[in-house]
Amino acid sequence: MKYAILVFPGSNCDLDAYHLVRNVLGHEAEYIRYDQHNLGRCDAVILPGGFSYGDYLRSGAIARFSPVMEAVQEFAEQGGLVFGICNGFQVLTEAGLLPGALCRNQSLQFRCRQILLRVENDKTPYTNLAKNGDIIKMPIAHGDGSYFTPPETISELEENGQVLFRYCSEEGKINEEANPNGSLGNIAGICSRRGNVAGMMPHPERAGEKTL
Amino acid sequence: MEKSLKTLGYDTVKRVRVGKYMEVFFEAGSREEASAKVEEMSRRLLSNPVIEDFSYNLLEPEGEK
Repeated sequence: MKYAILVFPGSNCDLDAYHLVRNVLGHEAEYIRYDQHNLGRCDAVILPGGFSYGDYLRSGAIARFSPVMEAVQEFAEQGGLVFGICNGFQVLTEAGLLPGALCRNQSLQFRCRQILLRVENDKTPYTNLAKNGDIIKMPIAHGDGSYFTPPETISELEENGQVLFRYCSEEGKINEEANPNGSLGNIAGICSRRGNVAGMMPHPERAGEKTL
Repeated sequence: MEKSLKTLGYDTVKRVRVGKYMEVFFEAGSREEASAKVEEMSRRLLSNPVIEDFSYNLLEPEGEK
């Protein structure tokens, strides 16, 4: 498989994503700059974490208008796999490719630590190696990670199985103590209705080495 | 901020909220056209309708009319 890894001014997890795809998973990877108009030949797109355009205005709000995002929009419409991590997730919600928005953490503080996630839907290309209820550990590092969407959208997400991950306790309980940022329903990651576009605030690319 | 205001003696302060304030300078043929432009800019970029509301005032620069 070949992955296109987008690079916006201010992306800082692009190298981690590249390393993971190439050296850990053994797939092909290519950096695609924000000012390019096409993605070249690729099977999946990764929007990495970071602080694209310095998070000015809102996280992801400026990156969403980069030339490369038109190509991503087209790729997603054709059913291509598009995966946003952290800032990449924020870009995808700003672009309207995923529903909802990421607000300032409820604590108003940047949160950088390990968290636990419960897998909620194992029937997507992003979660099919796990089983529902599996608990996985990975780091978060964000200031704007509180997932919000109006109640009617939440019920749609739940009904269609679009919630991929929720922050949980060691026992797999979904409660307030396990919620690092005030996300609605402890939501940490979601996918689009068709399931080909997905985003999550935690960083899987920082948890992909066996030694970790 | 709320705590600091209270520390300074403003003990009637109940709630503090921080928002964003922007000034956009542009030309338009009429107030209606200006309103329409501002609304469009606000919806498309300046605010995120999922989580934010916006309101605006139109001002004409002094000395030009």
